[in-house]
Amino acid sequence: MRAGLLGIEELSRNDIDVILARSHDFQPPPQQPFKRFETLKGKTVVNLFFEASTRTRTSFEIAAKRLGADIISITATSSSVSKGESLVDTLNTLGAMRPDAIVMRHSASGAPHFLSRYLPIPIVNAGDGTHEHPTQALLDARTILDRRQSLEQLRIAIIGDIAHSRVARSNVYLLSKYSAQMVLCGPASLLPCELKSIAPGVELTTNMRQAIEGADVIMMLRVQLERQHESPIPANEYFQFYGLRPEHISLANQNVIVMHPGPINRGREISSEVADSQRSAILNQVENGIAVRMAVLERVLAPHTEAKAQ
Amino acid sequence: MSGRLIIKNGRVVDPSQQLDAVLDLAIQDGVIRLCGRNIDASGSEVFDASDMVVAPGFIDMHVHLREPGFEYAETIESGSRAAAAGGFTSICCMPNTQPVNDSPTVTSYIIERARRHAIVNVYPIGAITKGSAGEELAQITSMTHAGIVAISDDGRPVMNARLVRRAMEFAKSLNIPLIEHCEDLHLSAGGDMHEGVESVRLGLHGIPRASEDVMVARDILLAELTGARYHVAHISSKNAVEMVAFAKSRGLAVTAEATPHHFALADRDMRPYDSNYKMKPPLREPQDVEAVTRGLASGAIDAVATDHAPHPGDEKMQEFERCPFGIIGLETAIPLTLERLLHPGLVSLTRFVSMFTEKPATILSLDKGTLKTGVAADVTIFDLNQPWTYDVNKSPSKSRNTPFQGKAFKGGAVATIVGGKMVWRRDDW
Repeated sequence: MRAGLLGIEELSRNDIDVILARSHDFQPPPQQPFKRFETLKGKTVVNLFFEASTRTRTSFEIAAKRLGADIISITATSSSVSKGESLVDTLNTLGAMRPDAIVMRHSASGAPHFLSRYLPIPIVNAGDGTHEHPTQALLDARTILDRRQSLEQLRIAIIGDIAHSRVARSNVYLLSKYSAQMVLCGPASLLPCELKSIAPGVELTTNMRQAIEGADVIMMLRVQLERQHESPIPANEYFQFYGLRPEHISLANQNVIVMHPGPINRGREISSEVADSQRSAILNQVENGIAVRMAVLERVLAPHTEAKAQ
Repeated sequence: MSGRLIIKNGRVVDPSQQLDAVLDLAIQDGVIRLCGRNIDASGSEVFDASDMVVAPGFIDMHVHLREPGFEYAETIESGSRAAAAGGFTSICCMPNTQPVNDSPTVTSYIIERARRHAIVNVYPIGAITKGSAGEELAQITSMTHAGIVAISDDGRPVMNARLVRRAMEFAKSLNIPLIEHCEDLHLSAGGDMHEGVESVRLGLHGIPRASEDVMVARDILLAELTGARYHVAHISSKNAVEMVAFAKSRGLAVTAEATPHHFALADRDMRPYDSNYKMKPPLREPQDVEAVTRGLASGAIDAVATDHAPHPGDEKMQEFERCPFGIIGLETAIPLTLERLLHPGLVSLTRFVSMFTEKPATILSLDKGTLKTGVAADVTIFDLNQPWTYDVNKSPSKSRNTPFQGKAFKGGAVATIVGGKMVWRRDDW
């Protein structure tokens, strides 16, 4: 049985190429309805979310259904965990029902990695703490590739709360495999200097204009106050210094792509004018999420189909 | 009691007497009678220690026995058995039990339980503050009369410098050391591992080196102010080692211990999200490992101590950030120290023995750590070369939280003698 998908860091460039190519097959042509597949007929996927999420959970549900799988979503709030059942017991209980894969989101970094050592069922990481969110990085790459020939040599600005962002980490791991240039930007307290060493091609700056200068892609991150132990920047300064506004767009390359993993905080990290502009690919990201997750589920649950498709 | 035991032909290494020679050691009525050549063994029990080292009983000045309060994790008895199986004849237990050892009642309870159930000597360490809450001083004087050998709020460092000053004044007047777990709790808040490239990569909250360093600096200055004996527990950062060396060069009564895991492992050696690598202070970077190793070689760091911290499996089988800090270490201390310090030639055998005997005995003013004639016969016999593999499932400890399961070692404890009685002997070599 092939393993699940825990993170981007451990994937090879070839693995990523295969997933991105396969997700292209799953993208419906414009103005046409989605095709349905039977590839995963008879397979059961459990969507286990220990942290609130609407878009990622729904996206996995739709992806599984379009491949013919049965999917059950469980939202285990952290309160039910604190009622006593440990994570291991929860997963063992679900495991005893013999699903074919578990899609898991958890607020603790490494929770799926820890479990994958003890459970024989493949786990797809749908976001773990402040560590990785692999399907987000894959759908971001798919979205860029819909508009650009290649990820290579692109200049990509990632702006916001880098320290606590699993989206930033997964994107850095993915883009560095394509020798993209990445500029990570945020308030100093949210921009640990060690980030420069986690992957090649990373630059850091606290100056937003400098980050955007010449960028092909601007990825804005959600301000995640709930992940912070302290107030890293006065709230009223955030939009002033790190909010994306129309005047920034002219600093970037022509046809810059503006992205955001959502849900967006209008007026906090991004202005409505930019979010709703021609440059914004935010809704395409959501749409591509389904195709990418179909490719990932197929890879985990029906690797032979993926191989044949090549 | 008239049993006579002769330990034959061992390499007797006793730094307290500058002794290193192949000799026999005679023990009778629980005390060391004689150390010499060709002692007549007729009518005596004989232990053949050929090709082994015979040393004063090893002392671990930093363990957690979990009793009273957390007997599911360890008891005084099970912890003492793990100590014996690691070659330790004396252990000092930290006060973070339930209730905290902050009163003579708890101190006496521990001493009484140890007298009945422990197979090695147990010396309690008392709390600095009531409940180790860091707010008001514990009953330091009456605990000292009841038998504590040091004070510490291990695991819950005292953040209030004024309180530390007062505690040091008491400690000085009572001639006991103050042992600090050096961690500025504001700087380390929320942290699960050393702050560095690895923590950023794994998305885990970091504990910066500076959280240790600022406390070491503060306390050294307070030791200078008060003249107290100050001991840094489980030193792990390069800066802290340098500051302790500096304090020593100024003639201050500052000492330090290091744990085997802090000189055997760095943060990058951690199996990702495996809580058997989660402890405080955290595993730091290779440059810190190097500084701790060199500090032990130079004497800037005086002693090796394990910080044996048992936690049952279910507590460690959780999300990394929810797991408690700490690992067990009594049975892996000698082999890890052999591997990292003696075998590479960084320390002499005399210095190796001293780190486990004379040094901790001096720091704590214990009448231990020597094989002089007439003292209680606490003896550690160990081997330098025997290859073996550590299997935690055979441990007498009640807990299994170690990163060293299945590790291959060269050399380790062979027999442990406490008060003339052989309390443990390895049976599978």
